Amino acid sequence: MSAVVAAAQLKRTPLHRLHLDLGARMVPFAGYEMPVQYRNGILKEHLHVRAGVGLFDVSHMGQFEVRARSGDGDAAARALETVVPMDILGLASGRQRYALLTNEDGGVRDDLMIANLGDRFLIVANAGCKDADEAYLRHALSRECAIERLDDRALLAIQGPAAETALARIAPDVKSMRFMDIRVIELMNLNCTISRSGYTGEDGFEISVPASHAEVVARELLEDSSVAMVGLGARDSLRLEAGLCLYGMDIDVATTPVEAALEWSIQGVRREGGQRAGGFPGARKILHQLADGTARKRIGLRPEGRAPIRHGTQLFRDREAGDAVGVVTSGGFGPSVNAPIATGYVTHVVIAADVPIYANLRGSRVPVQPSKLPFVPTRYKR
Amino acid sequence: MLKFTQDHEWILVEDDSATIGITQHAQEQLGDLVFVELPKPGALFAAGAPAAVVESVKAASDVYAPITGEIVEVNQGIVDDPSLVNSDPMGKGWLFKMKIAERSQIDALLDEQAYQLLIGGAASAQGTRIN
Repeated sequence: MSAVVAAAQLKRTPLHRLHLDLGARMVPFAGYEMPVQYRNGILKEHLHVRAGVGLFDVSHMGQFEVRARSGDGDAAARALETVVPMDILGLASGRQRYALLTNEDGGVRDDLMIANLGDRFLIVANAGCKDADEAYLRHALSRECAIERLDDRALLAIQGPAAETALARIAPDVKSMRFMDIRVIELMNLNCTISRSGYTGEDGFEISVPASHAEVVARELLEDSSVAMVGLGARDSLRLEAGLCLYGMDIDVATTPVEAALEWSIQGVRREGGQRAGGFPGARKILHQLADGTARKRIGLRPEGRAPIRHGTQLFRDREAGDAVGVVTSGGFGPSVNAPIATGYVTHVVIAADVPIYANLRGSRVPVQPSKLPFVPTRYKR
Repeated sequence: MLKFTQDHEWILVEDDSATIGITQHAQEQLGDLVFVELPKPGALFAAGAPAAVVESVKAASDVYAPITGEIVEVNQGIVDDPSLVNSDPMGKGWLFKMKIAERSQIDALLDEQAYQLLIGGAASAQGTRIN
């Protein structure tokens, strides 16, 4: 049922000692020892974020700076547009955008945040992909761009309706930020980069801080007793309720952005008829899918009853026999909806019909209702 | 008489019936439970066969019948509120009751001291658990 992995093989974030001090249960994740929960448990941590404010250590994620060798910001933007189907040239200074690194098959190599900091772009990548992303970006961009990996920075996320109040106590400037703004802000005399963004569906901020001072900043934020430390377990249930993809589960090299219902992230200027249409890996397939649709699509799923349906569970059209019409890619329990929830890919026929389908759960078929995403309304401060 | 299994179940023996649940250690390892699937009264299980399923936020885990026997009663309370297994695993969080078929199977189980040694040993090892 469980396995023991030698802890020495795993990397640690700058907040490792803080996690242990707070009684975290540590687990391996993407080569790091990470807190899955603290003493209050996943359900309470999740609910605390939606009701107030939670603090996450996400320092395992990759942070990169991309600068044009020529010093011309537009050159760096154009270079980045050769690897993502997003509008980067039109991304204003002080703004951030969700982006997808695609491959020649139109599949997704990783999902990222790309931010324009004026003289450089900041990229935040998934922990499990950051090494491959770095190699790929160096290979694809190094003619026009210098790429620096920021291994001396930690990353904290503070999320929830009370996140602004909690962070403004030590960084008052954040009050004037709106969703997807990014700024360099001096916080506790430290050079920090703060974006108004997150992975929970709530208002919140992501703070890039010098690794050497990450613990000091975290402990200062926790001085406010309304701020609770939250682990990866609740991070997963929060993002699932918000309908957000988890790379490696919901999206991967075998899924296109259109199949994944992420078309919204492909701005018009990169689509057919747009000024800078195509010009990214997999463009032909992706633009074709934008025009003609896809055979399958990622949707929300609500099983009947209380039993969760999890990654890999097959979905069927009928209660008895029949071929599979889909598969669950993320599934678990949504504490805020107080019900099991999941996301998965189903054939377009299922979506058109909008009838219950059936999950194969421990040998019997359970009705599952296709559902729109998100399960919990998002509350971004736009 | 209270006995334990290697799989972190407890079994409370009274006359020829036994009440079964999961231990404090097990509920701590599992984390918050969100769903429990219990066997039907009348069902027969061989010792070691999976008899119930407990699901935490992160994963599903089997609970095994510690002895061979017939299910005589299940705890509807935890179906309605799985958190009882976390908050009171040795009391209100019991899972099911069985009629004992083979008395000798009880003797073969771990007593409290042996179980504490089992979990004491695991807890002192350097390592992390994969979820």
